[in-house]
Amino acid sequence: HGQRPRPPLVLNNCLLFLSGYAADIISTVEFNYSGELLATGDKGGRVVIFQREQESKNRLLSRGEYNVYSTFQSHEPEFDYLKSLEIEEKINKIRWLPQQNAAHFLLSANDKTIKLWKISERDKRAEGYNLKDEDGRLQDQFRITTLRVPVLMPMDLMVEASPRRIFANAHTYHINSISVNSDYETYLSADDLRINLWHLEITDRSFNIVDIKPANMEELTEVITAAECHPHQCNVFVYSSSKGTIRLCDMRAAALCDRHSKFFEEPEDPSSRSFFSEIISSISDVKFSHSGRYMMTRDYLSVKVWDLNMENRPVETYQVHEYLRSKLCSLYENDCIFDKFECCWNGSDSAIMTGSYNNFFRMFDRNTRRDITLEASRENSKPRAILKPRKVCTGGKRKKDEISVDSLDFNKKILHTAWHPKENVIAVAATNNLYIFQDKMN
Amino acid sequence: MFSKGTKRKFSDGDEEISDESLVGARVASSYSLQRQSLLDMSLIKLQLCHMLVEPNLCRSVLIANTVRQIQEEMTHDGSWHMVTEAFCGPGQSPSERLVATEVLCRSREQDAEPKLFSVISYEGCREEEVVADETLCSVSVSDTVSNVCLAGRVGQCWEKSELSGVERDEEALEDSRLGSGEDEEIDTEDGASTESPKTTGQVFGTFEIKNGSPGPDSALEELFSDVDTSYYDLDTMLTGMQSAPKMGPYDLLDSLAPSHSSPSIVSTPTCRSDLNELDHIMEIIVGS
Repeated sequence: HGQRPRPPLVLNNCLLFLSGYAADIISTVEFNYSGELLATGDKGGRVVIFQREQESKNRLLSRGEYNVYSTFQSHEPEFDYLKSLEIEEKINKIRWLPQQNAAHFLLSANDKTIKLWKISERDKRAEGYNLKDEDGRLQDQFRITTLRVPVLMPMDLMVEASPRRIFANAHTYHINSISVNSDYETYLSADDLRINLWHLEITDRSFNIVDIKPANMEELTEVITAAECHPHQCNVFVYSSSKGTIRLCDMRAAALCDRHSKFFEEPEDPSSRSFFSEIISSISDVKFSHSGRYMMTRDYLSVKVWDLNMENRPVETYQVHEYLRSKLCSLYENDCIFDKFECCWNGSDSAIMTGSYNNFFRMFDRNTRRDITLEASRENSKPRAILKPRKVCTGGKRKKDEISVDSLDFNKKILHTAWHPKENVIAVAATNNLYIFQDKMN
Repeated sequence: MFSKGTKRKFSDGDEEISDESLVGARVASSYSLQRQSLLDMSLIKLQLCHMLVEPNLCRSVLIANTVRQIQEEMTHDGSWHMVTEAFCGPGQSPSERLVATEVLCRSREQDAEPKLFSVISYEGCREEEVVADETLCSVSVSDTVSNVCLAGRVGQCWEKSELSGVERDEEALEDSRLGSGEDEEIDTEDGASTESPKTTGQVFGTFEIKNGSPGPDSALEELFSDVDTSYYDLDTMLTGMQSAPKMGPYDLLDSLAPSHSSPSIVSTPTCRSDLNELDHIMEIIVGS
């Protein structure tokens, strides 16, 4: 049975708590292409990268722990003198580039600026210079009597992060998405009203490919909320809006992709219409499946899977926390209704995951239609323990272990989650704690 | 919530009001109360001023759309008209009403400086911002009456024609000023600062957003065409920028000095330390 494909987490119905990490409020989480590295960005502009420990025969039980690999300050707070406003250093998004040599590269973006960082290891140092002594001071030339060839000596591993490119001054509004193109040469960045296409080597120019800013700002009723490049077709990208629509654009069609190639929108159910309908339809995240055949969108109460060949409705809809529908007015009052939840696919596209409140996160198995609610909190999970499924009680009698809707803590929200590209390992950011869960070993 | 229906009769026998219709009336008024409180809540949300950080445009757009929806429904109901009549005198001109609704949060835009965010427009009138600045920024319309009044004015300004009329005035004012300013200030200073606009205009012309995107960048020229030293006097009137110096010609020059890659954005410590130097430079340019 060694070759049987690993079933998704939902089927196994249990997880191990692997590690937790407390920092500033985490604002983005992303695995790299191999899953060996996990990057987090936080509100203080810092990036922390975790690396998975190599499995070894000695430590069978602690297979694949993630430990801190590198920490660096990506963005600093800035002040925009034109508008007399602070620019937050909070990292909105991190996206890895595929690895092409020994070093790792990632893009990190705050509201206005994107930076390309190179993370490289140094484990050797040159010693035996002729002109410098051990401390680096220049030697008196008269003292040099012989010539020698410097040699490389091993040293303690040092991981260095250096900014290689800074892509600035292209966004008037706040950047909400960055996405690396499948050509690995270009990437797009999206703010509320515009999407720009960059070349990774060129920092002083970008192409504007979408512009939905109306001539008269008074007429503004819709903004861009997320954008992503297609995983295989480098000419295709999608962007979602605050009105619950998704537009797929082909860059071959025109230089300015204001006219979409496909327009995805689900017709509204007139019976459930309320003043909050538009707000809860606003899409907070859009992600292509790894196969490139589907895409997933997250709105306030649900996750929808769309077939790219069908524009008039999604093929699957999953309710994340439908019990909140009757609480929309309170959630509007405390601004929770504007929370932007992300969503993610597992490596085989058979399961999807998204966050909720009270440090709950939800996973849905697309094949069996089973779903599970789990909690990421220190109080409820000891290291290496199996996570217990949670349930929210909506009706009258609350069963034991259930939690009622009114007891939910709306300050504890899980907005950012990530799934390892190949294995059943997930990273969940709960405010300022990072939790990494792994499928129970058989 | 409501008692079970049994028919009652008035003693004078004129009408039979069943409890069902009474319930219906109560539900309707409860709905309109809820709707009203939602409208009030939305307007208050839009009023919250974000002093230092730009408000979230997506959130603002969604709230504004919600307000619009409510107003449209109320207009269809006919209840909108009643509300505006009740609390706003018919003698008020449309522009007055529009101006009064500018008690709303600031939303920043690249092609203009700090503006007020209005329910219906994302570009606002800056006069109000200066004149009653502190009160505006900290205002939270709490009592119901003034809330309704505010809502009423917004509704009156819904007509496109009124809007464009005031807009034209606003735009003319916008073009002639770098920051928030009063009309009188501009008029008196106009003569004195003839030399500075041209020079600073040339200087500012060199720093452009370096990307291919067209758009409002040309408005930058208009912005900087009228820089004058009186700006700093206004500075003391303006709230919200306690912790950092307000944008002025000095700061712009300073932002030009360092790397070419970040023209308008400079980290705070560098700017403050060079202020005296720039003071001197500015005096030379202005020739005062």
